Amino acid sequence: MWMSVEVNGHIYEREVTEHWTLLRFLREDLELTGTKDGCSAGECGACTVMLNGEAVNACMVLAAEADGATVETIEAEAAKGELSEIQAAFARNYAVQCGYCTAGMVMSVRELLRHNPKPTVAEIKEGIEGNLCRCTGYQQIIEAVLDVSGQITNETRGGLKYV
Amino acid sequence: MSDTTVSSVATRVGDNVQRVDDTAKLTGGAMYASDLVFAGMLHAQVKKSPHARAKIVAINTSKAENLPGVHAVLTGKELDYRIGLYVADKDILAKDAVRHFGEAVAAVAAESLDIASRAVDLIDVEYEVLPPVLSQMDALDESSPLVHPDLGSYDYVKASFSPQPGTNIPNITKIRKGDIDAGFAEAKWIVKREYTNPSVQHVPLETHVAIVEWKAGDEVTIWSSAQSPFTLRDLFCRAFKLPHNKVRVVIPHVGGAFGGKAGIHLEPLLACLSRKAGGRPVKFQATREEEFSLLPCRSALTYRIKTGVDADGRITAQKLLMYWDSGAYADYAVNVTRASAYSAGGPYDIPNAWVDAYTIYTNKPWGTAYRGFGHVEFFWGLERHMELVAQVIGMDPLEFRKKNLLKPGSTTLTGEKINEHTGDPLKCLEAAAKAINYGRLTPEEEERQARTGRRIGKGIATLHKAPAMPSFTTTAAVIKMNSDGSVVVNIALTEIGQGTATVVAQMAADRLRFPVSLVKVAVERDTDKDPFDWQTVASKGLLLTGNAVIAACDDLLRQAYSDAAQVLRAQTADLDHDAERIFIKQRPEESVTFAALSIGYVYPNGNGIGGPLIGLGRYTAQGLTSLDKETGQGLPALDWTYGAHGVIAEVDPETGEYKVIKIASAFDVGKVINPGTMRGQCIGGMIQGLGTAQCESYIYDGHGHLLNPSLTDNKILTSKDLPEEIECIAVETPQLDGPFGARGVGEHPMISVAPALANAIHDATGAELTHMPVRFEDVWRAIHNEQPIDTWVTKAPAV
Repeated sequence: MWMSVEVNGHIYEREVTEHWTLLRFLREDLELTGTKDGCSAGECGACTVMLNGEAVNACMVLAAEADGATVETIEAEAAKGELSEIQAAFARNYAVQCGYCTAGMVMSVRELLRHNPKPTVAEIKEGIEGNLCRCTGYQQIIEAVLDVSGQITNETRGGLKYV
Repeated sequence: MSDTTVSSVATRVGDNVQRVDDTAKLTGGAMYASDLVFAGMLHAQVKKSPHARAKIVAINTSKAENLPGVHAVLTGKELDYRIGLYVADKDILAKDAVRHFGEAVAAVAAESLDIASRAVDLIDVEYEVLPPVLSQMDALDESSPLVHPDLGSYDYVKASFSPQPGTNIPNITKIRKGDIDAGFAEAKWIVKREYTNPSVQHVPLETHVAIVEWKAGDEVTIWSSAQSPFTLRDLFCRAFKLPHNKVRVVIPHVGGAFGGKAGIHLEPLLACLSRKAGGRPVKFQATREEEFSLLPCRSALTYRIKTGVDADGRITAQKLLMYWDSGAYADYAVNVTRASAYSAGGPYDIPNAWVDAYTIYTNKPWGTAYRGFGHVEFFWGLERHMELVAQVIGMDPLEFRKKNLLKPGSTTLTGEKINEHTGDPLKCLEAAAKAINYGRLTPEEEERQARTGRRIGKGIATLHKAPAMPSFTTTAAVIKMNSDGSVVVNIALTEIGQGTATVVAQMAADRLRFPVSLVKVAVERDTDKDPFDWQTVASKGLLLTGNAVIAACDDLLRQAYSDAAQVLRAQTADLDHDAERIFIKQRPEESVTFAALSIGYVYPNGNGIGGPLIGLGRYTAQGLTSLDKETGQGLPALDWTYGAHGVIAEVDPETGEYKVIKIASAFDVGKVINPGTMRGQCIGGMIQGLGTAQCESYIYDGHGHLLNPSLTDNKILTSKDLPEEIECIAVETPQLDGPFGARGVGEHPMISVAPALANAIHDATGAELTHMPVRFEDVWRAIHNEQPIDTWVTKAPAV
């Protein structure tokens, strides 16, 4: 079907394959490969994007459902090449390892902070529960969210202990 | 050059430096193999066996071949190549028989993924289904069917492995130390138990993916998510009898690997499809379901331990029998067996030891390397056993461990002498125990126990591991200066998330006395452009590559000083440098910049001297030997990294439900290069270890069908499953041959988490857990003295 969708501020008009997911449309048609495919089954959260301002698993939405919608992906998170506050906090807190879950994780954190600017640790864990990460053990991602929400200082930042 | 630093150095080894790859990964700009697209690229799909063991009677591919858009269809009959890391036992596609559920029997390359999928559906395979052998203990029985009747005809690495033709055993590793009978004769107590764990999945977020192009003239290019480009190239060239200079392997960013992407996997099949499709590039990315059974897993293990202890609580003898479930192919499992055998007793002083470690074929997806390389599995048994022995002899488990720990002067199972530089297992154990207030409950914990009705228990466990690698493992680094005085480092160690690029940049910056911002570590790995490295595995990268990087920096500085000496009319001994220039020590105003020297120095009249500054560093593991095949004696260990975990758990004694309140872990890393990345490695491993401890496992039905190939049915831990508190502790006993004194810690955080947890549950409830993972129902069964149940091979009928 023919569709029109605004992605990261640009209007795209395309003939889209009816059974394609939004994830395939973004990655294969629009070549926005920052959004990752970890399971194609809504289990891992690696493909989380913003659809009309709400975080969704792009593998669980048909591209056709985005007709007329606004989509934001990781490619729009750093405005004019400057890392966003969330991204900078991830970098400061070593919240990135292999990077494959990172785009989806940043999107989920954005969604969390939009609803809850100062989340507790329990609320952060709840907020990123749908995003699997196999490298970091989540701890430094949680610390990044505490950091960007102004709840951490250099003194309270989690650190390595030496004996 | 001088050892004293004149300039102020922006960053040093030991500082928190932000990851050099985080901006690319945070903005979606980092390219992974799954993101790559090439002109003319075809998409592959695979026809997979629904049976664990069957004869292939016939395959009809004609309908698939006639589907428009299909460019190549392959079956095993056309392919006469054998693949195998240590034992060449695997066909690219199953030929006459299938040996595990999910095995590839045919493949298609088509213009789109959708066409390829339709074509695969059109392939008809006729099977004669045979009863599979699913348990490695059953496979040892003489009446068991043979997974590989032709084992005796396979090529294998003869220096290290011992296949037993006519059996299901592709390897036995033996270790003999002291006099085992005399040791048991000295013992006051002898404790004998069996411990088991099932196969599990690595679950990298990025599944295996590769693109291969086999052009006319046998020019092959492979883009892959593989961990080890040079080993991949070597295995590929051996299988296809191609010269190395015909095959190029490129590795972009890798989305997690954990050992599952070491070796060679999809690349030979895609190469054959590309060749058949006229040289067009062919891409395949495994689905999550395929990741579980088309690709390999971690081996299951049955570990039988018999320990003799004297009246003082000293271990006098230990008989250690390991039965590794290799699955359908030997792959890494034979080497997991070997590496586990020589580590089998843990960081303990065992005067008399006997190890027989068997690798055993079964009709299941095959086992490969997985973070810890066998140590996660056998330390489950070993550190549960230490707890149970301590209980039997009436000694505190911490005291029993401390009494038997390796110390300077002790010898390992293979006869290596431990000294004060080897590392400090006692300091790790004491730090972990202290961090959880081992041996008592704090007033807050007493109050919490009273309030919740749940029992709080504390457990500890030790660990050690040395890199499992050839005795002669070698690597190299090249450092090239740009014309502005910045540098680029080329290595073939892949960045799979562990932070290699960052710590290599830090080590190079420290050695050069440059700020880290002047050092770039090239992202992509390319066998045509990068210097050799064996593999990105085994926690050996930091030590070997670190030493090569230091040597490369020294080489570059030597060249720069030599050219500068000529320019400044000085001797090199009179020179020093900062991040910008080389100068005469006693007259610092007389200087020449690195930029001016970087691509050859030019005199005012136009004369040129010198040339591009390119440093080369090489490093080979020093002094290691092969192990004697009968006694296992020799020097296999580049370095031993010791560690320990402490776990506080809260258990409901009625239901067996439990929660991890705290995990605290200490590792003797020699020297912390980057506290932030080390802590990340450690916490990541500790949580992966808790996943393997608490819930992860393959579950089969009685016919060998895998029942849970998804992230819903094979759960890994989420953020909500984290302990309330996580503490990570560094011990720094310098490694004499380590770069800046450092040793590796990539795998270690995952090892022994499971027994530390089970020991805490044991402490809380008395539950004698011997099976991993420790699910709530297993705790309930152990508390109520019910027999444990192996639900990883269910008796249920086939679905």
